[in-house]
Formats: sequence, C-alpha cells, structure tokens
Amino acid sequence: MQTRKKYIFLTFLASWLLLFFFGGDQLRHFAFFSGRKTEARRNWPRWTDRSLLKSFADSEELQSDGDPSLPSPRERRAARLSVYKNSRCRMETCFDFSRCEKHGFKVFTYPRERDQPLSESYGKILASIERSRYYTPNPEEACLFILSIDTLDRDHLSGQYVRNVDEKIRGFPLWNGGRNHLIFNLYSGTWPNYTEDLGFDIGQAILAKASFYTESFRPGFDISIPLFPKDHPQRGGEKGWLYQDSVPPKKKYLLVFKGKRYLTGIGSSTRNALHHIHNGKDIISLTTCKHGKDWEKHKDTRCDKDNVDYEKFNYQELLHNSTFCIVPRGRRLGSFRFLEALQAACIPVLLSDGWELPFAEAIDWGKAAVVGNERLLLQIPSAVRCIHPERVLAFQQQTQFLWDAYFSSVDKIVHTTLEIIKDRLLPHRSRSRFLWNTLPGGLLALPEFSTHLGDFPFYYLQHGSSPSEKFTAFIRAVSPAGSLSQPILRLIQAVSGSQYCAQILVLWSCEKPPPPSGKWPQTTVPLTIIQGRGKLSDRFFPYAAIQTDAVLSLDEHASLSTSEVDFAFTVWRSFPERIVGFPTQSHFWDAEQKRWGYTSKWTNELSIVLTAAAFYHRYYHSLFTEYLPAGLRELVDGLAACEDILMNVLVAAVTKLPPIKVTQRKQHKESVSQQVKGTTGAAGGRRFSQHQDCLNQLADWFGYMPLVSSQLRLDPVLFKDQVSVLRKKYPRLEKP
Amino acid sequence: MCASAKYNTRGPALIPRMKTKHRIYYITLFSIVLLGLIATGMFQFWPHSIESSSDWTVEKRSVHDVPVVKLPADSPIPERGDLSCRMHTCFDVYRCGFNPKNKIKVYIYSLKKYVDEYGTSVSNTISREYNELLTAISDSEFYTDDVNRACLFVPSIDVLNQNALRIKETAQALAQLSRWDRGTNHLLFNMLPGGPPDYNTALDVPRDSPRRYFILSSQMALHPEYRSELEALQAENGESVLILDKCTNLSDGVPAVRKRCHKNQVFDYPQVLQESTFCVVLRGARLGQAVLSDVLQAGCVPVIIADSYILPFSEVLDWKRASVVIPEEKMPEMYSILQSVPQRQIEEMQRQARWFWEAYFRSMKAIALATLQIINDRIYPYAAISYEEWNDPPAVKWSSVSNPLFLPLIPPQSQGFTAIVLTYDRVESLFRVITEVSKVPSLSKLLVVWNNQNKNPPEESLWPKIRVPLKVVRTAENKLSNRFFPYDEIETEAVLAIDDDIIMLTSDELQFGYEVWREFPDRLVGYPGRLHLWDHEMNKWKYESEWTNEVSMVLTGAAFYHKYFNYLYTYKMPGDIKNWVDAHMNCEDIAMNFLVANVTGKSVIKVTPRKKFKCPECTAIDGLSLDQTHMVERSECINKFASVFGTMPLKVVEHRADPVLYKDDFPEKLKSFPNIGSL
Repeated sequence: MQTRKKYIFLTFLASWLLLFFFGGDQLRHFAFFSGRKTEARRNWPRWTDRSLLKSFADSEELQSDGDPSLPSPRERRAARLSVYKNSRCRMETCFDFSRCEKHGFKVFTYPRERDQPLSESYGKILASIERSRYYTPNPEEACLFILSIDTLDRDHLSGQYVRNVDEKIRGFPLWNGGRNHLIFNLYSGTWPNYTEDLGFDIGQAILAKASFYTESFRPGFDISIPLFPKDHPQRGGEKGWLYQDSVPPKKKYLLVFKGKRYLTGIGSSTRNALHHIHNGKDIISLTTCKHGKDWEKHKDTRCDKDNVDYEKFNYQELLHNSTFCIVPRGRRLGSFRFLEALQAACIPVLLSDGWELPFAEAIDWGKAAVVGNERLLLQIPSAVRCIHPERVLAFQQQTQFLWDAYFSSVDKIVHTTLEIIKDRLLPHRSRSRFLWNTLPGGLLALPEFSTHLGDFPFYYLQHGSSPSEKFTAFIRAVSPAGSLSQPILRLIQAVSGSQYCAQILVLWSCEKPPPPSGKWPQTTVPLTIIQGRGKLSDRFFPYAAIQTDAVLSLDEHASLSTSEVDFAFTVWRSFPERIVGFPTQSHFWDAEQKRWGYTSKWTNELSIVLTAAAFYHRYYHSLFTEYLPAGLRELVDGLAACEDILMNVLVAAVTKLPPIKVTQRKQHKESVSQQVKGTTGAAGGRRFSQHQDCLNQLADWFGYMPLVSSQLRLDPVLFKDQVSVLRKKYPRLEKP
Repeated sequence: MCASAKYNTRGPALIPRMKTKHRIYYITLFSIVLLGLIATGMFQFWPHSIESSSDWTVEKRSVHDVPVVKLPADSPIPERGDLSCRMHTCFDVYRCGFNPKNKIKVYIYSLKKYVDEYGTSVSNTISREYNELLTAISDSEFYTDDVNRACLFVPSIDVLNQNALRIKETAQALAQLSRWDRGTNHLLFNMLPGGPPDYNTALDVPRDSPRRYFILSSQMALHPEYRSELEALQAENGESVLILDKCTNLSDGVPAVRKRCHKNQVFDYPQVLQESTFCVVLRGARLGQAVLSDVLQAGCVPVIIADSYILPFSEVLDWKRASVVIPEEKMPEMYSILQSVPQRQIEEMQRQARWFWEAYFRSMKAIALATLQIINDRIYPYAAISYEEWNDPPAVKWSSVSNPLFLPLIPPQSQGFTAIVLTYDRVESLFRVITEVSKVPSLSKLLVVWNNQNKNPPEESLWPKIRVPLKVVRTAENKLSNRFFPYDEIETEAVLAIDDDIIMLTSDELQFGYEVWREFPDRLVGYPGRLHLWDHEMNKWKYESEWTNEVSMVLTGAAFYHKYFNYLYTYKMPGDIKNWVDAHMNCEDIAMNFLVANVTGKSVIKVTPRKKFKCPECTAIDGLSLDQTHMVERSECINKFASVFGTMPLKVVEHRADPVLYKDDFPEKLKSFPNIGSL
C-alpha cells in the first residue's frame, strides 16, 4: 500500500511539473485569449466616439411638445367620448362623475319586483348594499345604480338564468345606456367555450365579474371579484385557519391539489397535466375523471388508477395540512378553490393564465399568492421549494389578512367593490396601495380622514413615526343642573395638570346653555366648549377641534388624578391603536340563554374599557361616525350606555386585540356597588338588560363577537413594590 | 439547485471525520491531471479562428465602422402589433425557464447600420442615450452574449425618437433580426413620446429653503385652452400661482430651453421648479411630458393632468405617494384640491418624488434596469421585488419596521409552551427547576439542553417524574447560543427559556407570564426588567439594573418568547454578535432583546413585580466587585450591539403587566393568579 501511494504521488507531482514547463506558456496564452475573448464578446462595445454621439432628441423638441393647431382639449375629450365606449370604456369616458358631486358617493338599488327570480347570492349582494353607509333609496341622489335583476349566473343552461334581460333593462328609465351602473356577475358563458358574454348588452355599465379574463377586462373600469359559494355568509364570516406562526412551516405536505380532470374541452389541458407533479410524498396532486354524465365516453388509460387514488385523500385534510395549494383554472378562470385556500392559509399557487385576479386594482397578490404560469407547471415544485421559510410565513399571514379584510363575507366583497369605485372618483383622496395591503386593510382606512400614514393609529411602525406627544381631553357634561358640578371642576383641574395635555374640550350635552366663560376654572391649557346635539353618539363625532392623535375621553363624574392621566398616556403611546383606560367590564357567552352576557362585576378578565375614562386615537371618532352605518348609530342613541360598547366592539373589530386596562387609584368599585345597591330593582335591571341587548345586537350586526378578552393590567414598573416612594415615578397611584 | 436557506434542523451537529484511503481518489486526481495536459496540448495546435470571426473586436472602434446592411425595398414588413397581447399569450416563457437566480437573460443584437436600396441610411445609427441604455444592460447581471440562452432580445436599432424614424424601413430592419419572430420576447424602448432624463447638473443638490410658489406651470407649448384655465387660476389665487411661458425677448446666445418668462420677468429653468410646492404636468400632443422628469428631480410634487396617461413604471411605483392626479375636467378645482393635501404629506411626497427620480429616472441606466426588473418580476413573480423595496425611500426603509409576525393572533391557550432549561452540571438545582416548572398548567413539554460535553447527563431513572414529556438534548459545544437554537423538539409557538437555577418563580407567576405572552406573542415577556441609559459623561450606553421606573429589556433567565426568534437568533443575527456572545460567555439575553426589538419595533413586556433572580450560589461570592465588573461587561455588550445594529432598537417603557386584580381589595381565592410572588 505504502509504495503504491508513493508511486501515485510521484506521478502526480511529475505530471504537474510537466504541465508547468510545457503547458505553462500555452496555458497563459489560453487564459489570456479566452479572457479577452469573453470580455470582447460579453459587452456592448465602448465606442471610441460615444461621447460624440448625438442625443436622440434636442431639448427644444422635448420641451415644446404641443401644437396649438391640434384640437383643443375639450374637443379631444369630446372625441374620445365616442371612441372609448362600450368595450373600451374608461372612467373618464363612460362614467358620469357629476352625479357624485352633490350628494357624494351614494348607491341606489332598483326596487325589487315580486315575480323576479332572485338567487340567494344576489339577494345577499343587494342586502349588503342596502345596509351600507352608501345606500340611498332616492335615485336622484345616486351616483351608482345596481339592478334588481339577478345577473350573477349568465350560463343559459343554468336554472337561474334570467331571460330577456335586454328588454327589461331597456325599459328602465334610469338605465341611460348603462351609465353609472354596476353589474355583478359570477358565471358567464357556457359549454363548450365559456365565453365572457353575458347574453345582454351592458353598455357603459361597470362590470364586477368573477373569473375575469384580462383581454375583456377594461382596466381601471371593471372590477374582478372572487367567485364565492351561495352559502358564503352575509356578514362577519368565518375566521382564517391560521392560528400559529411557525418557521419552517410544519405542515405535512408542501403542495396539494385535489379536483376534477376535464377529459375534453376548455381548461382540460391545464387539469390533465396536474398529475405529473404528484410524487406521493410531499406533493399530492390528485385528479378524478368522474364528472358530468358521460365521462366514461372520454375516459383514458389513467382514469381508473387516478379515480382510485383520488378517493384515498380528503380534500379538507389536504387543505389543512399543506403549505401551498394549487389553484388551477377550471372551465372558467376562477374557482371556489381560491377562497378556500386563502381561508385555509394554504398559499394559493395560481395556474390560470390571463385571469385578472380579484380586486387586483387594490390588492398586491404578489404578497399572498404564487402566480404561476400554466405553461411552466413542471417548474412549480422547484419554485415553491425555493421560497424562504420567512417568506412563507409572511405569505401565510397575508392570506389571512386578505381573507379577513376583503373576502370572508359577502358584505366585505361588495364593500371592497364599492370602495374601489369610490377611490376612482377622487384620485387625490384615495387609498394608496400601501393602505390596501397593510393591516387593518383598505375598508377600515378612510381616505376622507387623511391620506397621510402618520395620521392613522395603525402605521406608526411601518412609517417610522410615533404618535403625538400631547392629548386632547374631551369631557362630556350631561348634568342637568346647568351649573358646574364639583366633580367636573376637580376633573378639569386634574387633567389640565398633566404635562401632556394640549387642550380641554367640553361637550355640553345638557338642555340648559353652558355657564359663561367666566364661570369655568382657569386652566393653563385652552378650554373650549362644544355644544352637543343631545345624542349619545355625539361624543364620538370627529370634531375638527381635536387636533392631537390622542383623545382622553371623560365623563364628568370620572375621578382621576394627574398621575393616573400621565401614566395612562405614556402607556397609550405604546399601544396607539388600542383603547387604554381605567374602569373595565367584560363579556361572556351565556350558554344557558344562548346569548352574550355582560358583566360589570369584578372579574379576572376584561374586554371593554369604559370610555368614561379612556385614551384612544382620534381616528376612531371618524371611523365611528363615518364608517358605521347610520342605522347602527341610531340603535346606540336609543339604548343606555351602548355607545361605549359599540366603540369597544369597533376598535376590537379593527385591531382584533383586547383593550388595555391601566392602574386606577380610586377604585370604580364604590360607584359600581352604589349603583347596584341604589338601583336594585327596576332601573338597574333595565339598564343592565339594555347593556346585554346592546351587546347582542352588535354581535348580530357585525356577524360575530369582535370583543377580545385580556387578563392583564398595566401598572407602573415599581407599583406597590416595597421600596421608598421617593424612587417611584407615580407614587400617588398607590395612595389608598 | 435552489438558493433557499438550507439550514440544519438537527442542532449543532458533529463534524463528520474524514476517513479516506480509497484509490479512487488518486485515480481521479491523476486522470484530471492527464486530461488537463491533453487539453492544453490540443489548444496549442487548435486554429484560433473564433476571434477573427467575431463581430466584436477588442479594439476600440467607432460607431461609423459598423457593418452596413442593405434592406431591399421588398423585404418583409412585420405584421402590425397585436393590441390584445398579454404576457401569457405573446411572451414565450419557455425561453426563460427556471433558474436558481430567478434572473432573465437579455441578449443585445450587434450594432449595424441599415441603408435602403439607394444607400441612404434608414436612421441615425444610434443615439447617445440608446448607447448608454445598451451599455447599462450589457453591464447588468441580466445580460448574456449567448443568443440561444436569451429570454429577452433587445435590438440595437434605435427607436427612441419616433420623429426621426423612417417607419417602414425601421420595421423592415426589425423584421430581419435573427430571432424577431413577430417580435416575440423583444423589447423596444421609445421615449418620444415621453422624455429622457435631463442631464443638467443645476439641480443636483436638493434645496431645503421654503418654496415661494404653491403651484407652478413651466411648460412652454401649452394649448391655449389649458393656458387660459391656468391663468384663471392665477387670477383667483394671486401670487402663489405662477404660470410661465416661453421667453420672447431673449438676447441671442441664451438657450431658450433654460429660460422661462412670466410677463417680463425671466426665470432660470429648471431651477425655478425648486421654488414651488406643486408643479403642473399637463398633456401636450402626447400624454407624457419631459417636464415630469425635471419636476421629480427638483423635488416638486407633480400634478398630473392627462386623462388615461399610464404613468411611468406604474406597474410597480405607487404614484399616489409622489404625485397628485387630477382629471382634466377638474382643472378649475386644482387649487382647492391641492390645498386639501396635509402639509406632512406634501413633505413626504416631495421626498418620494425626488427618490423616484434618483432611483428610476436619473439616467438611462436607471431606466433600463427598472424596465428589465419589471419584466423579470413578471416572469418570476415568486421572486419579485416587493412594493416596499420599489417604493420606500432609503430614509423610510431605514426607520420603518416590518414585523415578521404582523398578523394579530392570540395563540390558543391549549397549545401550551415548551420550557427550555440550559444546564451545565448543576443537577440538583436543575431537578428542582424541572419539578417546579412541571407544576405550571400550560407546560406542554420540557427540554433540557445539556451543555456539558465532558459529563453525561444523569441516568433516565434519576430524573424527576413529571406529567409532560421531558427530552434531553446534548450539544456539541458549550455555547450560550445553544439555548436559542430552534430545536425540532419545540412544537409549540411559545418557548420559556429558563436557567437551571431559577426556582423562585411560582407556578401562578409562570402561568400568568404565559397568558401575557399569548396577548403579546411577538414580544419578549420576562420577569426582572433591565434598562439601558445614555451616559452623557462617557458618551456611550450604560446598563442599569437598579430600581428604575423604566424597562427596556427583560432577562432571559426566565422569559417567554416566540419560537420564531430562536430561528432569527440562530440564522439571522446581524454581524458577529452570535460569535461575540459565545466568546464572551455573556449577554446572550441582551442580544435577544436587541434582535426582537429590532425586527418588531416593540418594547418588551415585564410581568409581575419580580426584580431579581436570587440564586443561592451567588450570595457566597463577594457580590459587590463581581457586580461591578458584571455591569461594565453588560454595558460593553450594549455598546457593541448598538454599533452592529447601527441603531439603538430597544424601546423604553414605564409599565409592567400584572393580573387584572393584582393587589386589589378582593378575596384572594377568587383571583386567577393569587400567588404572584414577590420581588
């Protein structure tokens, strides 16, 4: 062995020497030439006279683009009106903006006719419009019109196909060639070609359609909506299935598909190929030939085996246990599978060339789905394997956000459609793509409030800014006395003593006029009185006087000290999107009565912070007044102390997080117990049941119970610790 | 084959020892050498014809020396472009294929001079801008010189300026390109319509002085109808609106393009753009206007009035953040519309406009690369550049935080947590910790990281019997970072890191900590808090463990956090922090605090009054001096980490979390967490 090794080593050495002596020179040549050669071949030549080359156009030519002899802008616009019609519609040419100017964005739905067939889904669409804040029963005010004829299913072989639509709409005096109309459609065309034809002339109406093909899509005019099943909830909607973030994604499968394989006809080429990527381990791609009546006629050699394999796996199980889900085209481009995968946090891998993705005008699908190419199916496995685990985690979370923000109920789908159209009316007051694609989503970020990110409570971190360092105290005075009570005077003193207080606003909701300015206490900060209109929901009106990000909402009876206010405000600055306050209450599910219960007793949990003493972002005033429909505010005005609950429900629905309770020196306990003692019997009981009613009505309106419970309270770091009070920043919080 | 992070899921593994005595190695080596020799010899005698046949020679050449191609009058004219083209119908993706870098390959045809039958040239050979553009492409990583590997083809025929083209002949010239095939996968650049970047340097330094005008219109050849509308605006709003026109009475030698006039007042162009907050970009004969580029460069917010204009790169750039688009019909309302834009937003739009110019319009190179990147993003959408990368100016990218756990989830309680105990040899204390921790209701698994390579862990029978699975992981090296390794055994999201001497925490205290973590799953939730302070005398950061009213860190001697941060700590810790910690055997907790605060932008949550971990052993040693060196070391860590992170990510807060009814006058037995422990 040894000798052999030596021998080999020697040969090795010798050959290198040989190479060096004989080939060295040549080698250098080789390297030189190849180097020169590749360099010369690689680059675009550096021309010797490149600095002498002429510019492609002289500056004169560039700056004087315009010829006064051209048709005037007005004429040109008029000319465009006739060219950009029907299939080439654009907002400027086919939409009458002037209708929206006077009354704003109002939507009218045609009255429903008795004998008109109406599918469940279309009924839900109409219901969500009628419940929305944009609804108007008066066509004179309307900016957008929705037909009462069910246009969802335009497959004329379907039972829900409505005949003679053309005739009917031509009979509507408001139709006006389809101008300012919005038409919803889920299915168009039929076997065998499934064309995009709706079977009637939509004229200049905006089409909101599922499975939109890019070629027939009028960009900036039409809207692609997702295909949703008829049992899609009207409101609320199911939650997404992602309940844990894990890296790497601990799922059994990487990529799955289970569905029909079309043996012939449109879409069959895509589906017929899917079995190729099945590997039986982490990629499961199953197809069945069984569909329709005469599948056996077209059946091929794979069918029998495929059909057997197909039955071995459960679709729901695959959906739950896979990281990626293939969403291929069917006969049409979109499928139910898309929303199913989105809800399941199974990242959709789209194989549907030419599909204008749902709400793509607003939603950045690149953050939530892998847009594959039908032609490159075989590359999909390696492409998804290469996506980094962190990116997978971001994708998964984004699917859940999008599902919850725009898709989980018919209400959301319809409202997203309307908001997209509304955004086009005032481009300078519209949502940027950032707002649409960042929590809490476009529907909850009102551009009427502001278009600046730093004005909202949600984007401080992404925007790299922080909430303002001052707050506005907003006190609601309701005492019927007409004079100033002791508590309110004390409260004004305590609040104005805070170093963070910018101003005090008093909402005077009494019948008697407020005392003259001389009667009010002298404060270091400006004090303004606002005359209320006597409604409970007044307290959440977005008064222009509120200029700071933070609002400290107070009842006149609230008893707070300056240190409590100071501490609560510093806490709020860490949680600007939540309600941070003192007295709290909680909700629970009453299994016996099968309804939500409400308790103001001392509990280990909390889910509602009373706005009698709480900090929150001023944006919630706008959201409360502008986002919630008028009906809901009327409900609140009619019930005692329901506006509190509604505000909490609203903030929880937006943030999905519980409110925050902070230390309160003087316990609310006495007042509660007094209340309970003093009002035992009729009054207290009624008040309590009103709370309960309120809670249940709100849960019904939202479609779920948005409130979230918390088990903690935030105290100062040294709270009640056994150290000298001199060390403590908030010693006053501990005085009994 | 794929560039994804292949990380080790098995923990710090042993390095396999090489054990080779195989002949095969030598034989292969030998044959390689032999092959090398043969190859060299062969090359020596090979005719070097490749060079001479190449179009591209190394010598510097002039554009006038390029080969001439004569186009016969009857050479084919390509069909008209298909207006209904979409990426999936007209683009041949098979040429691009899957590649690990997810980069398209771009080929540039060699430069030729095209003449018609009579020898008159069809167009200018190439303009300065187009040459720059092609140079930029050829210098980029998209470029390939192999026409067979290319997925995108760029003709060297210059069509930037449509006015200077002989359309029919140019079309013929394009049609005879070797891979033309009806233009499939070909990319043409056309700027007029449009505008090139202006090369003047007058505007290179952005000014911060206040802007005198609110609205400025600087275009020269405006349609009279637009001009009269603008003048009406000026009449209404006075001085703050400035409408400029071409100068009529300039003396000779002054370039008209660099001057603008209002009545008899002469302004320097484009400097005057810096004097205004908003600058109007109105359509002329074409929709796009060269002035847009000047306006962006001046950091003036463009007001785009050109219906149906597709703004440059609007597929990826969010123009709403940098411009105001006003429908032509709404021109009379321009002033009030612009006044409704909040001041803070105007400032951001100015910054954004300037950033767009710098990143995407500044030079032909920037334009070329942005174009190729957009096409690349279409072809490899799963590797596309994100909205934030395209749109956020560097200042925002630097100051903003995008939390990797951004979805507000409250993990279900039933999932429980995994406790990880890092231990060396304190078996007795370790067993006590295990027994104590096992009493916490939500514990779902206990993992002991045995960091002692010289000693085996005790026999299985000796370990305490607990109700949850207990696993022991042995490590290859005694490193502190082993405690933050994302072990496969961790099946829950929540991790409780706990030292082997932390026996003072009550079961209620730990359970409450877990409940708090559920409400803040993206934060570190711990017991004793610590603080960093700026030492004004020393001009550096200082570590503080005294009785402070504030906290910015929690000790990881006992802390709950998301398993994801283990992954980050092990694979994404910036700089050499991880090695530094292992070398100093200290500060792993500070490093974790930095890491979490840096990615989430959020503060820690300190729970319960607990201020210290009193360990029995510590009291034995002389506390004071040890304490002082300890503090110095810890301060050093903070300074080191702050310099690696380039910023101080820690957030200071004044609160801690207690149970809702903590210390309230309420029967203890009705409280969820009555036994919350002491200091």
